[in-house]
Amino acid sequence: MGQDMQTPLSGADSASNMQAVVKRQRLQDMVFHRLTQLFSLLVLVALAGIIVSLFINAWPTFAKFGTHFIWYVEWDIINAEFGAAIAIVGTLASAGIAMLVAVPLAFGIAVFLTETCPVWLRRPLGTAIELLAAVPSIIYGMFGLFVFAPLFADYVQVPLRDLLGGMPLIGFLFGGAPNGMGIMAAGIVLAFMVLPFVAAVMRDVFEITPPILRESAYGLGCTTWEVVRKIVLPYTQKGVIGGIMLGLGRALGETMAVTFVIGNANRMPTSLFSPGTSIASTLANEFGEADDLHISSLFALGFLLFVITFVVLAAAKIMINRAEKAKGF
Amino acid sequence: MNMNEGLYRRRRLANAWGMVTSMVAMGLGLTVLLWILAVLFSNGFAALDLNLLTQDTPAPGTEGGGLRNAIVGSLMMVGLTVLVATPVGILAGIYLTEYGDQSKTAELTRFVTDIMLSAPSIVIGLFVYAIAVATLGSFSGYAGSLALTLIAVPVIMRTTENMLRLVPGNLREAAFALGAPRWKVSLSVTLRAAKSGVITGLLLAVARISGETAPLLFTALNNQFFNADMSKPMANLPVVIFQFAMSPYDNWIRLAWAGALLVTLTVLILNILARAFFRDKAQA
Repeated sequence: MGQDMQTPLSGADSASNMQAVVKRQRLQDMVFHRLTQLFSLLVLVALAGIIVSLFINAWPTFAKFGTHFIWYVEWDIINAEFGAAIAIVGTLASAGIAMLVAVPLAFGIAVFLTETCPVWLRRPLGTAIELLAAVPSIIYGMFGLFVFAPLFADYVQVPLRDLLGGMPLIGFLFGGAPNGMGIMAAGIVLAFMVLPFVAAVMRDVFEITPPILRESAYGLGCTTWEVVRKIVLPYTQKGVIGGIMLGLGRALGETMAVTFVIGNANRMPTSLFSPGTSIASTLANEFGEADDLHISSLFALGFLLFVITFVVLAAAKIMINRAEKAKGF
Repeated sequence: MNMNEGLYRRRRLANAWGMVTSMVAMGLGLTVLLWILAVLFSNGFAALDLNLLTQDTPAPGTEGGGLRNAIVGSLMMVGLTVLVATPVGILAGIYLTEYGDQSKTAELTRFVTDIMLSAPSIVIGLFVYAIAVATLGSFSGYAGSLALTLIAVPVIMRTTENMLRLVPGNLREAAFALGAPRWKVSLSVTLRAAKSGVITGLLLAVARISGETAPLLFTALNNQFFNADMSKPMANLPVVIFQFAMSPYDNWIRLAWAGALLVTLTVLILNILARAFFRDKAQA
């Protein structure tokens, strides 16, 4: 019957014809299967390639300084003495400040978008946040350099230094020249950059909470805040932590938003206002003019950065996957 | 009775406090972000003129000039990236839904792809420098394109996969029942049904790579002159913006704002287009 629709053939002929067709299709299918598989494996190859090639190029540095490279507080290009500690401290400190500023704000925004906001405003505001997450990071860097840094120097650094600079124990945190550049300025600009991203992820995670749970809590007379604190947050805990860590991963590896404002000084930062450098900004500034041991030390920094962000992002992904698995009920 | 009223008041207060802080957070966040856009638009539009499109980047300290070489370089590199990354990303996405599905390799690939989505782009630049620039001995537009491809493929791959997953299973089964081979079902049934979603992914990928600066710093480098030969160092908008914005010359800084505006508008328009595409599909 089926063959009648194609070409009318006699019994034996059509059977062998069918077999040929089936054979051909099997072959095509096999080729297509392997082709698509090959392309998807390219990602794994790229990952392995990144790790191996960075490590090979960083080898002269690792061979010379060993694991001591990580703790060595020195970045002396002229005498070829290199250690990662200054850049690692700058990276961790700026990303840490960024998360301290961005996470509470992102949490507030996500709560607002899922609970407080009038329904007709949810879509437009949510879209606005998502669009802002797409703005290239170099824009945040330029904003930081030309607009934020001068204001930060006049209205935050100077008053803070005058107010807290003389205090024992924490006073040293606010020392240094108030020129608007430095670890804290970089951290705040980074916070602006990751804020829309973290807020968008958190909102998506909050929306996983089954309406039944939410509604039963409201039915028992819970206030909105109690629903958020005692129903939504516990339910989405893993997803929220995952979202925060995704943001942290981005902040750690960000180049452009940091390079413009961190001050780019290869010294150990002594206060929140002192200029420093992050791994990514050191790479962006020095790679073009580097050679020999300098270039392999930069590769070593890149390798460390990749390992750090890989661990953070992997942990984030595992958390979010678990949160999404839990939603099925 | 009294105690209950106290408790009630405390709960109402806590609620009011929570709601007000969340509103303040939203207000604060939006203000900062709109402020950034306002600064960009006012500086960018002030610097826009036709010379941007007709003249090349000026020498340090000179007046005038435009961004023609950088715009052309960016378009060429992004164009080549799209040509390469689209088939690779879509076919890899098809593998993840139609063939790999729950297998261990597919799970691992998915996991790694998600990490590559947020991996530091400057490290991708280092990697391409190591495998392409150092071995061939020259910075080039091709190397820049390769770095961008490594960023675009995971984006296309994951959106394609997610969109294909939304295609109802009985559509596939209907095609299988007609005797269609798997590859034909994947390409002419599933992929076609998910077309607008896949286009959304492509647009998002283009938007993502249009603004990337870090991976181009040591791959495409920069070029002060007009160059359409992709085997040589190529000017491109992000790196020009970076170099010009950090310079002490007013004219260069003005051009940097103009370039930043062009890049941001491109990215925002692509994102809005992507959303429009996806919404049409969702309503259909």
